[in-house]
Amino acid sequence: MTIPDLNLAATLPLLFLSAWACGLLLLDLWAPKGSRHITGWLALSGLVITFAVVASNLGQREEAFGGMLAIDGFSNLLHLIFLGSGALAVLLALNYLKQHGIERGEFYALLLFSVVGMMVMGMAKDLIVVFLALEMLSIPLYVLAGFARPRADSEESALKYFLLGAFSSAFQVYGIALVYGATQATGFAAIGAAIAISGASPLLLAGIGLMLVGLSFKVAAVPFHMWTPDVYEGAPAVVTAFMSVGAKAAGFAALVRVFFDAFHLLTPDWAPLMALFAVLSTIVGNVAAISQTSVKRMLAYSSIAHAGYVFLAVLPGGKGALSDFSASAVIFYLAAYALTNIGAWAVVMAVEKGEGMGSEISDYAGLARTRPGLAMAMALFMLSLTGLPPTMGFMAKFYVFSAALAAGYTWLVLVGVVTVLISAYYYLRVIVFMWMRAGAGLAVTPRPLNFTVALTAVATLAFGLLPGPLMALVEDSVRGLF
Amino acid sequence: MAEFYRYLTSTLTVVTFFPLAGVLALLLINKERKDLIRWISVGTALLTFAFSLVMLAQFDSTDPGLQLVVRAPWIQIGSNWRIDFHLGLDGLSVLLVLLTTLLTPIAMFASWTAIEERVKEYMIFFLLLEVGMTGVLVALDLFLFYIFWEFTLVPMYFLIGIWGGKRRIYAAIKFFLYTMAGSILMLVAVLWLGTVQGTFAYPALAAMGGIPPGVQRWLFLAFAAAFAIKVPMWPLHSWLPDAHVEAPTAGSVILAGVLLKLGTYGFLRFNLGLFPEASRYFAPAIAVLAVIGIIYGAIVCYPQKDVKKLVAYSSVSHLGFVMLGLFALNDRGIQGAILQMINHGISTGALFLIVGMAYERRHTRELAEFGGLWTVMPLYGAMTLIVVLSSMGLPGLNGFVGEFTILLGAFGSQALGSYAYSIFAAFGVILAAIYMLWMFQKMFLGAVTNPKNETLKDLNWREIVVLLPLLALIFWIGLYPRPFFNLIGASVEQLTAALDAGTALVMH
Repeated sequence: MTIPDLNLAATLPLLFLSAWACGLLLLDLWAPKGSRHITGWLALSGLVITFAVVASNLGQREEAFGGMLAIDGFSNLLHLIFLGSGALAVLLALNYLKQHGIERGEFYALLLFSVVGMMVMGMAKDLIVVFLALEMLSIPLYVLAGFARPRADSEESALKYFLLGAFSSAFQVYGIALVYGATQATGFAAIGAAIAISGASPLLLAGIGLMLVGLSFKVAAVPFHMWTPDVYEGAPAVVTAFMSVGAKAAGFAALVRVFFDAFHLLTPDWAPLMALFAVLSTIVGNVAAISQTSVKRMLAYSSIAHAGYVFLAVLPGGKGALSDFSASAVIFYLAAYALTNIGAWAVVMAVEKGEGMGSEISDYAGLARTRPGLAMAMALFMLSLTGLPPTMGFMAKFYVFSAALAAGYTWLVLVGVVTVLISAYYYLRVIVFMWMRAGAGLAVTPRPLNFTVALTAVATLAFGLLPGPLMALVEDSVRGLF
Repeated sequence: MAEFYRYLTSTLTVVTFFPLAGVLALLLINKERKDLIRWISVGTALLTFAFSLVMLAQFDSTDPGLQLVVRAPWIQIGSNWRIDFHLGLDGLSVLLVLLTTLLTPIAMFASWTAIEERVKEYMIFFLLLEVGMTGVLVALDLFLFYIFWEFTLVPMYFLIGIWGGKRRIYAAIKFFLYTMAGSILMLVAVLWLGTVQGTFAYPALAAMGGIPPGVQRWLFLAFAAAFAIKVPMWPLHSWLPDAHVEAPTAGSVILAGVLLKLGTYGFLRFNLGLFPEASRYFAPAIAVLAVIGIIYGAIVCYPQKDVKKLVAYSSVSHLGFVMLGLFALNDRGIQGAILQMINHGISTGALFLIVGMAYERRHTRELAEFGGLWTVMPLYGAMTLIVVLSSMGLPGLNGFVGEFTILLGAFGSQALGSYAYSIFAAFGVILAAIYMLWMFQKMFLGAVTNPKNETLKDLNWREIVVLLPLLALIFWIGLYPRPFFNLIGASVEQLTAALDAGTALVMH
């Protein structure tokens, strides 16, 4: 029996971060009770080091574990998104956990494990790896969602997430099994070759459909979105911030990898279904958000809507002239969403008063008077989420809409822009309360939170005014991959 | 680096972005130092106006093409997506840029005592708004145009929503969503043009032509949606009265004076410039809507109790004239329309300033609350009379020149093909006289009916300074409009030549 070529050296960031996370678990046993901070700062350093290593090596193109993992520009850029989100979440958690009395070292280790899982997802070139990564990133998230026990809604959200997540993983596995049954392979290249030879069979199509269902759950697309508002509201805000960005990005990474690489020949079969999910997500997400009075639930529904927008870029499918463009659009949108959303949730954390209070929109009244910088940043995030210039969110929407238009989905883009208009109403509502209504405007802003908000706000504006270099970087890194 | 420096110091870049320097300065000042904030803001706006005069000096009115062009690469996606930072000026936009840079310091100066709360943020939003408005007028890259277009919504939304009247939040959101609804359709059209035609640059798109008629009509409608809401054309005008009434005085001045013109400018630059065949096709329909707007706006003015609402509806009526002139699709019509855009900015801007002066004294805008003000404030009355007569279109003042040219254009227009438009529009002139004189009579003439009006002070020096430039322009354009027509003439001739041929607009 030959050992396949492992090429461990290429997976160094992965190995490093996993080892670091294990080290944190052990360290936490010996850290003195009052200095949980140390674990947090160490987690942050681990993430930053890995970020630097990955960033210096963006143009790699290798395979590992016998072709099951791909280390290329696409995966590296996604690594940056995951590591960045993780780092910002750790920064926010340093004070948030203590403020809410849930400071335990396992938090950081679990977060790191989840990041590792997400990274593996971005590198997947085999269906088994996809499933493995899915579980690896999800299980820590289930635990993290329930971190704020004994608060009832946190435990409820963890249980909901776990049950529904396990259910969707079952769909995913069944889909993988059916695809294996139809093509006798789990590697993407092999699957693609098998489809080229024998075409589509009902078994294969059923498998693809089930896999789409499983992954759509992860990215919170309609009609698999029911868990999102409750889980986002119940989980500790810092976990939600990380989860809403990281899990979504990982899900889309898997979608792009699987559907662009393995199933690209069957695009006419799965694209209509995905288009349906896209339209439903944007419509349902935006319309439902209008009636929300809780900012957390509003952001949860907006998350659903944003999943719909990203689907628009995944529609064109792979291995065509447009596939590079579409993949770049997906990455850019995920990066924009990561920066903007984490910033928005950071502000939510600042205004939240604990014990599930302080998350109504009315709690933001008067914020512009008392905390003008914070209010300005939140206004910027709301405008970016809507997709108004000159923010990064607008550039991302432009990118995604262009990809869909270039592929000929004009009607979908029209639906998309109408839903953008609908979304403007509820995003503006937050701005109205902050700037145009009188209120106490209380917020707690420890330094790391201030730093996070400032960083994400500046990035949102900077990449909105000068997106060129970033877009060029993304395009160059993704060229020729699909 | 030298390239960047060259882009940064080009005339149009300076005129567009200099207010940002004011914003930066304001950010550093303590918000309690209100007078310093006001002086810096007005100073920045005046400097911008000075720069725009330099721009005017550099403008060659015999050249019909785009001048003072700045083109810097901005975003490059793949090999075929290229978005540039592309600015340019021609006869169609030069007067509008000057109007913008003139009205902004005037409006800021008029807010001196009107705005006492959060002055710093107010001035910052105002300067940002100026950047956006000038940007819309000089942007030549469709994508850049769209960015500036959407961007102007944000500061205006804040200005109405924070410093406005009682129903300001409703008015602000209505303004924002209504305008965004149109512009979001325009985004799809812009994206389509960029994708299918392969470029976002306006000169290239105009020269390319070659858009099949069916598609051209859809694109025309998509752009028209955004612009028609902004103008506003009947029946998409219902956001305007609310926005104007609830906005602070200076906000109304800028809204009426400049922002509405962005809509008519958009029609002129993009609908007429890029879609000649569709323009011919839709000209009668748009002219009908324009005439309905003229008459409807005028009739609805009469029963208004709130003076500001009256002036708002008069805007709908006046801009109906502009739309009629534009879609006469001939030299006279379009030149008259552009001049009337300027005239409307001056006259209606002055009207809102005047209403604001009354409001500052009595804190009411109800017509019934006033009466006989001429005896109490003769200077105020005299200045108002001039502005009212200008708005009415009295010969000798600016309004007449514009309206007459438009009516001439519509009368002999091939695209419209009927005298009916001019006839009905001329009827609108009579109606304008009715509501304007009626308003003046109710406010100024007769005896002083309300005792509260007896002790009102006449205009102070600041208010006189604010109105004088506008009055000067009213007389200048009315008595000697030739220099203004000279500025617009060459570019309009080039545009109408292309429209007549139904061909692409190659800009020399």
